[in-house]
Amino acid sequence: MSMKDLTPTRRQLLSAIGTSAGSVAAMQAMVALGHAAESQFTGPPTLSGARKGETVLVLGAGLAGLVAAYELTKAGYKVQVLEFQGRPGGRNWSLRGGDTYTEVGGAVQKVQFQPGNYLNPGPWRIPHHHKTLLHYCREFGVALEPFIQMNHNSYVHQTDAFDGKPMRYKEVATDFKGHVAELLSKAINVGSLDDKVSGEDKERLLEAMRAWGALDKDMAYASSLKVSGQRGYDRAPGGGVEGAPTPSQISSLSDVLDSKVWNQMGFFFNYVMQTTMFQPVGGMDMIGKAFARHVDHLITYNAKVVQIDQSATGVAVTYQDTASGATATAKADWCVCCIPATILGQIPMQVNDAMKASLKAVNYSASVKTGLEFKRRFWEEDESIYGGHSFTNQPISLISYPNYHYFKSGPAVLLGSNAGGLGGSLLAGMEPAARLEAILAQGEIIHPQYRQEFMNGVSVAWARVPWNMGGNSRWSDDARKQHYQNMVAMDGRIVLAGEHASYIGGWMEGALTSSIDAITRLHQRAQEA
Amino acid sequence: MNKQKFALQTALVALAVAGVSVPATADAPGAGGTQALGPETGEQVYRQICQACHMADGKGASGAGTFPALAENPRLASPVYPIIVVTRGKGGMPWFSNALSPAKVAAVITYVRTHFGNHFTTPVTEADVKKFGSPAPVIDH
Repeated sequence: MSMKDLTPTRRQLLSAIGTSAGSVAAMQAMVALGHAAESQFTGPPTLSGARKGETVLVLGAGLAGLVAAYELTKAGYKVQVLEFQGRPGGRNWSLRGGDTYTEVGGAVQKVQFQPGNYLNPGPWRIPHHHKTLLHYCREFGVALEPFIQMNHNSYVHQTDAFDGKPMRYKEVATDFKGHVAELLSKAINVGSLDDKVSGEDKERLLEAMRAWGALDKDMAYASSLKVSGQRGYDRAPGGGVEGAPTPSQISSLSDVLDSKVWNQMGFFFNYVMQTTMFQPVGGMDMIGKAFARHVDHLITYNAKVVQIDQSATGVAVTYQDTASGATATAKADWCVCCIPATILGQIPMQVNDAMKASLKAVNYSASVKTGLEFKRRFWEEDESIYGGHSFTNQPISLISYPNYHYFKSGPAVLLGSNAGGLGGSLLAGMEPAARLEAILAQGEIIHPQYRQEFMNGVSVAWARVPWNMGGNSRWSDDARKQHYQNMVAMDGRIVLAGEHASYIGGWMEGALTSSIDAITRLHQRAQEA
Repeated sequence: MNKQKFALQTALVALAVAGVSVPATADAPGAGGTQALGPETGEQVYRQICQACHMADGKGASGAGTFPALAENPRLASPVYPIIVVTRGKGGMPWFSNALSPAKVAAVITYVRTHFGNHFTTPVTEADVKKFGSPAPVIDH
C-alpha cells in the first residue's frame, strides 16, 4: 500500500491518534510511519501492582538509582536507597560558592564563586533527542534554557597553525569550505570526475560548489564582499557616510589545513552534539534535586556498600556509615544496583562470573573540567562571544562560555577545561594548584585577559572523583560483544543499571533508559515469582 | 608577549604523538584534540599519565574503591601482566595502546618495575610489548 492510499492523510491520522489514544500511541504510530525514530523512549514506565510489602534495595542515588526509586515507589514497592555521598544526583552535580570538594589523594578545594555562578563538573548539556531526561524535566518542572553549542564567533586554535594565533571559527570554516569547493570545481572542469559523475550531475555539482563555497564567477575562492558575508569583514557594514563595508582577506588553503578546522565542522554534525541543546537553569544538579524531592526520604546517605549477597528469597547488602564506620545490613526482595563499574567491580557481590567479568571489561574515560571565575565577561564585552566553545589542541581542549546571565556585570564563571585523553591524564595527575596554573597558562593564549581578570577556580579531575574513580564508561567493540549482555542480564534478584549498562554511555539519558529497562524487567520477574 | 611565547613553546614541546580518538557517541571534550602530549622517557610517561590514578608516589589511593598501588607490587614480577593491562585496560583503567607506542609502553613499565620499591631490573622491550600487548581496541559505538 502506498502512502497515497491512506485516507485521511497521514498527518490527520496521527493527529487523530494523538488526541484519542495519548502521546505514546502517537509516538509509536509515528515510528511505524517512519518518523521520529530518534529515541527509543516511548513514554515513562507504567509499572503497577507490586505485591503488597514487596521491597527493593537501590544502590546509588545517581540518576539511574533515583529514577528506579521514583518509578518503583509509584508501582507500589517499598524502596530503600543506599548512597555513598551525602547528596543525591551522583554525576548530576554542580559546584557553587561555599562548596568544598576533596579529591582522591586528599587535596581539598574550596569553591569561591559568587552567588549564582556554578560549574557543572559532570553532564553539562542535553541533546534535544534525549527524550527520557526531557520527560522527567517536564514532569518535575525543571526549567531548561538553551545551551549554546555552535558559535561562529568563538575561536579555533592549533598551536602550530596561524603562528599559534586563535582564529574565529567563521573565518576558518568559511575558508575551508571555499577552498574545497574551488578544488572540486576544478576537478570537475578538467574532467577528473568524468567516469564517476554524469554530465547533468556535474552541472548541478558546479552550481552547488559556487553557492556553497561562495565562489566568484570564475569558480575561484577569493577575498570579496560576498565571501566576507560569511567569514566577516575588515570593516563591517554600518550606517551613514562610512557605512560601506570592506572585505576581509581569506587565508590560504595550506594555512586553513593547518588549523584542522574540519574537526570542529565534523563535531557539530555528531548526533549527540547537534542543536538544539539544553541546560537546567541554575545548574545541572537541579535534575537530581528534582528527583530527590520525591524520593529523598528513602535515601540513606554516607553509606558505603561493602558486600552484596543474594539467596533464592532475597538480597542482603552490607554497608558502612562513612562517618562512624559502623556497619549495617539492608535486606530486600530485589536489588537494582546502580554503582559505577569502577567501584562495583571491587565490591564482593554474589552474582555469576560473567556479570563480574563485564564490570572489569568496561573502561572509563576521565575528563578534567574546570570552572574559572573572572571579574567580568571579557569574552562578551571585548570579543562578542556569547556561549559556545573555543577549541584548542592544548590539553584543556576547549574553553566554554556561560549560557546564562548574558550581559550581566560582575563576576562570571566559564569552563576553563574539558580535557580528555592524555591531556586529561596530565592535568589530573597534578595537584589542584598546579593544575589551575596550567589551565590558566593554556587559556591565556586564547584570551590574553585571563590573568588580569582571574579571581578563582576549581577543577574536577574525574579520575580522582572519590565516589566515581573515573569519568564515564567506554566500551570497545570487542568488550561490548563479549560482555554487554552479561552485564544487563538480571542475575537472580539483582539487576545492574547506569550509563555503563547502556548504548548511550556518558549521558544522563543512558543512566535513565538503562534503569527503566532494568526495573521493567525486575517488575516482570517479581510478578512471576 | 614573552610569557605567551613561552607558553606556546611549552605547548609545542608538549605536542603530539597521536590524537586520542573519542567515540562520537560519548559526551566528548570537543573537537580540538585533546592533542596528546609527547612524553619520551618512562618517567615522563608515568608523570603525565599514570600518576593521575596511581598517584605521584605510586602508592595508589582510595575513595569508594581503590586505585591499586604499583609500589612494591609483586604482580609486576612478570612484565606480561602490566603489558596486558596498559595496552588493553582493566576495569576503570582505560587502554593506552592508542596513545603510546610500544616503545613508550615498554619504557614506562620498565620505569615502574625499577622504582617505587620495585627491583625487577630486566628491562621490558618494545618487542615484548608487541608480543604480549593488544592493539588499540575499536570503538564504533
